[in-house]
Amino acid sequence: MQIQIRYFASLRESLGAGETLTLDTPLTVGQLRDQLIARGEPHAGALARGRALRAALNQTMCAETAELTLGAEVAFFPPVTGG
Amino acid sequence: MSPSSLPSPSPSPRLSSVSIQTEDFDLSAEVAALRSGDAGVGAITTFVGTVRDRHAGQPDAGSISAMELEHYPGMTERSIEAMIDDAFRRFDIRGVRVIHRVGPLQIADQIVLVAVTSMHRGESFQACEFLMDYLKSEAPFWKKETTPEGARWVDARVSDDAALKRWGIVSGNATGA
Repeated sequence: MQIQIRYFASLRESLGAGETLTLDTPLTVGQLRDQLIARGEPHAGALARGRALRAALNQTMCAETAELTLGAEVAFFPPVTGG
Repeated sequence: MSPSSLPSPSPSPRLSSVSIQTEDFDLSAEVAALRSGDAGVGAITTFVGTVRDRHAGQPDAGSISAMELEHYPGMTERSIEAMIDDAFRRFDIRGVRVIHRVGPLQIADQIVLVAVTSMHRGESFQACEFLMDYLKSEAPFWKKETTPEGARWVDARVSDDAALKRWGIVSGNATGA
């Protein structure tokens, strides 16, 4: 199952704009975050548990319990500060 | 003049548009366009956010010299359109115009415009504040400040989540929850 990962703001600076990933099993957004953390640095630091991060699934804010589907676009980013 | 030749004040025309742009905007021109042709407009509330040279609570002038704004193309427009839909459900308003700038900005530059028209002032004041509260906590924009110590990303504020809560919306933006 292929998914697209995107990073923004400080995460983009440390991890790049994103990547396409092929998953063997269905995952939630939180499980994907854990899998990326398990890669080690720089992902481990940038996505570390305890850091305030938000996620979006198919361009809508989501909880980490949201399930990835085929072709999903998932984004990780810091809390937003517009306006 | 017969009444039928006057522009009709109702039903509510529900005008709205969103622009994410690098260019500056002209408040007068935007307001003129928003109210144009709608004789039912009796109130126009506008909010303009600008780049200031210091942090809230740290009144050292010049501690910020410039700013850069990043966004999530596609999601940004969709999320603002959804919040405008929500505003139309909550308030008796007639028109909404939102402009948010991205890219490099200088001190005193305009960042954001929210303009709302309605028949009476109460609804447009409330809808304008609601939209700004929503933008601060739920629209995917990030500010990066240039300071004498270098560039740094602006942290989200818990007070912005609290502002959204008064509309019955729970946001974990500042905490990432």
